Amino acid sequence: MMAISFAGLSGLLFGVGLVVSHMTDPARVLGFLDFAGHWDPTLLWVMVGAIGVHLPLRRLIATKQARPRYAASFSLPPRSGIDTKLVLGAAIFGVGWGAMGYCPGPAIASATTSLTALTTLAAIVVGIALHERTLGESARPLRLPRMSKLRFRDVDG
Amino acid sequence: MSPRQASIVHLSNALMFDGSFTVAKVGVPLLGGALIGLAASLLYATTGRIAGVSGIASGLIGGQKGDRAWRLAFLLGLTIAGTASLGPCVADHTASHAPIAATWLAVPAGLLVGFGARLGSGCTSGHGVCGVSRLSPRSMVATMTFIATGAITVQLLRLLGVRP
Repeated sequence: MMAISFAGLSGLLFGVGLVVSHMTDPARVLGFLDFAGHWDPTLLWVMVGAIGVHLPLRRLIATKQARPRYAASFSLPPRSGIDTKLVLGAAIFGVGWGAMGYCPGPAIASATTSLTALTTLAAIVVGIALHERTLGESARPLRLPRMSKLRFRDVDG
Repeated sequence: MSPRQASIVHLSNALMFDGSFTVAKVGVPLLGGALIGLAASLLYATTGRIAGVSGIASGLIGGQKGDRAWRLAFLLGLTIAGTASLGPCVADHTASHAPIAATWLAVPAGLLVGFGARLGSGCTSGHGVCGVSRLSPRSMVATMTFIATGAITVQLLRLLGVRP
């Protein structure tokens, strides 16, 4: 229960941070990406502020706490290198982001106040679900027939 | 003024909106960012979870039963904050210079954002804030990549006449 409450509080704070810094305004976000046009550095300052706080705090937490306050262990991202999925995924994400100026956080925060945000969010959810179904951990591995032995029978992957 | 001095002035002007430094133009985004960083730190300290919105959402969409409550709570908190617009409204006299593209773009854009974020294992909060704060090379590469393709997309859509 405490974990859930703190997760809720964290989400609330996160959202306030997004609103205060104008990150829920897609025009501001697109202004940052508009390097060749009239550049808006707002997002840069937001990142500086966020990393400036989170980087040292994260280190402090890791040294002071053997485990999270209300959970068994710290969740760590899987250790993998810089692979095609990472770069391709980020590239694709960037295209969508640069098209509307919405990424998941601001879309969720603005969903009740902007129809455009709500529409984008619905599509984001579908996009996430699509990935989960096709390439996610729970999806079945792709079974492709070997090209040299391609027959209508004996296709055993 | 030498060319080098001129370019430094130009950059500092750009960072501070045409040379008119105000606390609001730099301080407000810094403060908002600090709140985001604080939120991510709070989540990590209490639940051990990473404040990557696409990851939190994907776990809600396709995850296990016992793992959903905290995710829902986080996203609900996010929604409530946005709805209430609890942040102080700081009047910013700088006009938005990048008009948003037409609304029909929302569907393909959202699909790319959702799919791409999961394929790349993170978004602006997951990689950009949390991953970079961990000094993760993966996240730094991902962040630079999506900023690059985002910037290219902005120019491309302008070129195609989708946005002014």
